Amino acid sequence: MRHAFAAAGIVAVLGGLVGYFLVLRGQAFAGHALGHVGFTGAAGAVLIGISPFVGLLAVSLAAGIGMGFLGERIAGRDVAIGMVLALALGFGLLFLNFYTAFASEAVALLFGDVLAVDARTVWVLLGLGLASLAALGLISRPLLFASIEPEVAEAKGVPVRLYSVLFLGIVGLATAGCAEIVGVLLVFTLMIGPAATAQRMTNRFGPGLLLAAVLALGEAWLGITLAFYTNWPSSFWITGLSAAGYLVAVNLGSRQARASAVEA
Amino acid sequence: MNAVEFADVTLGIGQRTVLEGVSLAIRECEFVGVFGPNGAGKTTLLRAVLGLLRPRRGSIRVLGKPPAHGNHAIGYLPQTRTTSVGLSLRGWDFVASVRRGHCLGMPFLGAEGRREVAAALEMVGAEELARRPLAELSGGECQRLALAQALIGRPRLLLLDEPLISLDPHHQAAAVALARSVQKDLGIAVLFTAHEINPLLGAMDRVLYLGRCRAALGTVEEVVTGPVLSRLYGMEITVVSLRGRIFVMSDGHDLESDAHRHDAAHHHGPVHA
Repeated sequence: MRHAFAAAGIVAVLGGLVGYFLVLRGQAFAGHALGHVGFTGAAGAVLIGISPFVGLLAVSLAAGIGMGFLGERIAGRDVAIGMVLALALGFGLLFLNFYTAFASEAVALLFGDVLAVDARTVWVLLGLGLASLAALGLISRPLLFASIEPEVAEAKGVPVRLYSVLFLGIVGLATAGCAEIVGVLLVFTLMIGPAATAQRMTNRFGPGLLLAAVLALGEAWLGITLAFYTNWPSSFWITGLSAAGYLVAVNLGSRQARASAVEA
Repeated sequence: MNAVEFADVTLGIGQRTVLEGVSLAIRECEFVGVFGPNGAGKTTLLRAVLGLLRPRRGSIRVLGKPPAHGNHAIGYLPQTRTTSVGLSLRGWDFVASVRRGHCLGMPFLGAEGRREVAAALEMVGAEELARRPLAELSGGECQRLALAQALIGRPRLLLLDEPLISLDPHHQAAAVALARSVQKDLGIAVLFTAHEINPLLGAMDRVLYLGRCRAALGTVEEVVTGPVLSRLYGMEITVVSLRGRIFVMSDGHDLESDAHRHDAAHHHGPVHA
């Protein structure tokens, strides 16, 4: 149980912070797709006899960097990303077919199994989280600038494309981390849900970023607690809390907009 | 020292030559309006000053130095904003993002940074706008914030690329007056590109007219004349001055407002915010 809380805490903070930039840049769907591609990596890794987490991590990192290089040609294209996502899951299924003993692990990989996290995994996630956050912290200022003002950033000598590639690489790492907690299919719930909610609640950058991390952490820990008392899967509770948080924020937001429209 | 110096400069994009053998000098503390028909090279000229385009021939000096990609003494307001990223953020963050935006690190400002952003916002009178998300602002209000953003980093040269596009005449006059007052307050040089000369009359120290790979720099009286513009447009041009407004005519058509209409119809993208 302690391991579950520690692992979920690390991953939630990472997912919330990375997700904030992902939502801001309009690349939420791209982030979602990386998880699916990662699943293929995990299944392929089992097939060739290495740890599924290594496969997941390597393939989602590579896919993130690749997506960054393709840039505008793919990162904002729903259809292209959807095709890649479906194809990746198709290959994942094929690999499962070759190695049926992996089936029960596959379900955990798809939907997450945070209660099964052991001490070693917590350390691995801590290392992954710290490395990713350090990298994000290092590039966050030019990344924000290049995201919201690409023309001015280019004129000021900022390598806009390079930051896009580095960022999607970090997203790949965060995706692999999130997949350990909620599974590859539900990465969206930890990475995008809290960040989107935070951006609905405040239009200020700093507080929004902090709120995304706090919401992700709260949803993850509360989800595990509820799972403990109900014996329902923690991933279910986390998705429920994430969606509920977003719904509340959307409703509050539109009510506020109506109120200010009336004032004006 | 001059703000911008061109010595026998030839600029081209791909196969096309845009400017050929142009020499000119724009002084510090000078407000220069840049005009010319579509495709005459107004944006190309600004890109060369920014160091984004190397001249094929000749030399350019910007504030005494060769143009460098990433010259922080230049404030730049691009013509169009191609991205809709960040529209949910408030104006303050949009203006602040440019501060030290080229340096690695985290985008938190510190007391000095906050003072600089506040000062830039105050200079353009956008303190109130900075509290609202960009998505809620009008074109003129976004333009005001973009000007504040261009002032971050204490530039000595401002490049404003078509800031009047998509503004109605009332807001055009306000935008020109604002740019002029900022230029005077800070004592900096401004290059302001536009389609129509009339909104800028009275605000400019000199005009720079581009056309057919050539350039003419001088006062309005020197440059905006039939003979000079006929040479730049490559056709017979008559300049008519009427009640403080100038009409550049060819065969009875007002060329500048025609060009403006034409251009407005082709600008589908989001206006620079």
